[in-house]
Amino acid sequence: MATAEEVAKAAERRDVRDRWLLSAPALLVIFLAATGPLLIVLVYSFLTPGPYGDVKWQFSPEAWLSVFMERDIFDDTLSVAAAHVTIFLRSIKLAVVTTLATLALGFPTAYFMATRSEKTRDLWLFLITIPFWTNLLIRTFAVLQIIRNEGIINAILLKLGIVSAPVQILYTDTAILIGMAYVYLPLMVLPIYASMEKLDFRLVEAGYDLYATRFKVLRKIIFPLVKPGVIAGSILVFIPALGAYVTPSVLGGGKNMMLSNLIELQFGQGRNWPLGSALSIAVMIIVMVALLAYVRNAGKSGVRHG
Amino acid sequence: MPDKPDRNAIEVVKVSKIFGSGEGQVAALDTVSVSIRENEFFTLLGPSGCGKTTLLRLIAGFDFPTAGEILLYGQDIAPLPPFKRPVNTVFQSYALFPHMTVADNIGFGLEMLGKPKAQIKARVAEMLKLVKMEALAGRRTSQISGGQQQRVALARALAPQPKVLLLDEPLSALDYKLRKEMQIELKRLQHETGITFIFVTHDQEEALTMSDRIAVMSSGKILQVGSPWDIYDKPAERFVADFIGETNFLTAAISGVGNGKARATLKSGTTIDATVAEGFQPKDNATVVVRPEHAKLTKAKGDLAGLVENIVYFGTDTHIHVRLDSGEAFTVRQQNSRSAGCGFEQGDKVGISIGNDAAQVLKD
Repeated sequence: MATAEEVAKAAERRDVRDRWLLSAPALLVIFLAATGPLLIVLVYSFLTPGPYGDVKWQFSPEAWLSVFMERDIFDDTLSVAAAHVTIFLRSIKLAVVTTLATLALGFPTAYFMATRSEKTRDLWLFLITIPFWTNLLIRTFAVLQIIRNEGIINAILLKLGIVSAPVQILYTDTAILIGMAYVYLPLMVLPIYASMEKLDFRLVEAGYDLYATRFKVLRKIIFPLVKPGVIAGSILVFIPALGAYVTPSVLGGGKNMMLSNLIELQFGQGRNWPLGSALSIAVMIIVMVALLAYVRNAGKSGVRHG
Repeated sequence: MPDKPDRNAIEVVKVSKIFGSGEGQVAALDTVSVSIRENEFFTLLGPSGCGKTTLLRLIAGFDFPTAGEILLYGQDIAPLPPFKRPVNTVFQSYALFPHMTVADNIGFGLEMLGKPKAQIKARVAEMLKLVKMEALAGRRTSQISGGQQQRVALARALAPQPKVLLLDEPLSALDYKLRKEMQIELKRLQHETGITFIFVTHDQEEALTMSDRIAVMSSGKILQVGSPWDIYDKPAERFVADFIGETNFLTAAISGVGNGKARATLKSGTTIDATVAEGFQPKDNATVVVRPEHAKLTKAKGDLAGLVENIVYFGTDTHIHVRLDSGEAFTVRQQNSRSAGCGFEQGDKVGISIGNDAAQVLKD
């Protein structure tokens, strides 16, 4: 006869095994879809480019050197690749500004939604998700229609006599920023709203009662308590903004290259797959470092829930 | 009772509060006027939905009255936002800031008032001592018990030395024993700080034991304001008599009204002395109330006669329910002794004698 302890242990083992079996298909898909291609990219970044794209199976650190350096064609000396650094910095700057812009626009929106009555809240939530119904490319072209020289904004400005010639917005960094802020705004609003909805508004009343003005209540009570949502929203916006391809291509006109354009170039006309791979992984590392720093910094003064 | 100065801390003048509009509008407060004296422990007592919390929120500034004035030492504060009123609130849910320590919670009001750091620190230490929470100053509010949270909420509201402290059913979330402890604690704090307390509760026992004066509210109106003794022994209206404690209602013919006194002729034919509620309009049949402990059950003939219907033992006393010959119900409360039973049995024919100064004639 097995003792009660043995029976319990066997049951627990069975339980653990069943759980693994049940999650195996999902784990397999995640592993193959996420890790597989990533490994290929990592391997490619250490190979030699082939003459017509593709790779030659020959080890070379050249691609990694080329991420931030360039080799002089004549004397083989290395110098900093100014073009690459500029593109990296421009992309990072744009991603940061996009994150800040969506935060500035999204925070009040989320607050507005969370303070509506329960029924209207669902309606607002629904409205916020409407942009997701259309393809990103189409949405970007819609923005293009609005900001181009013959677009609505310029037509109104001309009609009102505020400007005498159309303002060039399209194909500038401003155009990319407008487009990105529009595209990524819901990704900022939704997590902040989720935090804000859980906020106990009696705490806000308590703040007012204890002589805090509206601004102080926002800074000292509301903001610290919805910080997890702000962090989540910032991450959700920053990562895709750094690697955004469609919006900068369409609205930036390809004049000011972004990271994604640079990477795409290596796999297309550049025929330098290893460099493209090395650049991709470099971007990933930047994102990871930035996120770690951000989360750690935010967590230090942040809220511990529960 | 200590002498209370006659200055009014709060005067509520003809205040109405209407929520909603059109068909769905609800009058939470209907032309309410009341004065709350400086340094008193004033209680708003009533069932849920009577408007007591609405009145408190108007004084705190979370809502604004539809009509009327709220004066704080003579100054109309009704249009001011809550952060401009020298009034603090202890919330029913405590509403402690979860992202701050106990000490930071207590110091929050002073910090917002822009007091110097050293002064805040000293005041927080003083408050922690006052509510006996020194040991837990560095804890998060989620790491302390309900009773401790209650103390922190009190300390936080008292720290900025408000002119008036508002307490919105602060004891309702505590268990019975802790509630008793906190009742005494609250009285002590009020005595030590000398701050005017306005306390909202639906618990009549709490109101009677703690208050200097009580306002009994129902359906957006204040029915009676008075000392616990007034409210209990001299209820003006049926609602007040019924809501506070247990009581017997008898129909009687009233004669000889004058000087706050009258003669009441009961249905049994006996005539007794009674006090009369202010505002009583002479009429044929008035209601007389007699508290169960102010009547005595006898085997002999009394002022009333009837049959014992039911006997309920309560430990300290026994309630004997009697069906009077007139058909009315009457309950007598009799103190228990260890040696003997109550001396009556179900079905006994009994008399009830009503003590002198036991009956009160209601105005409605």
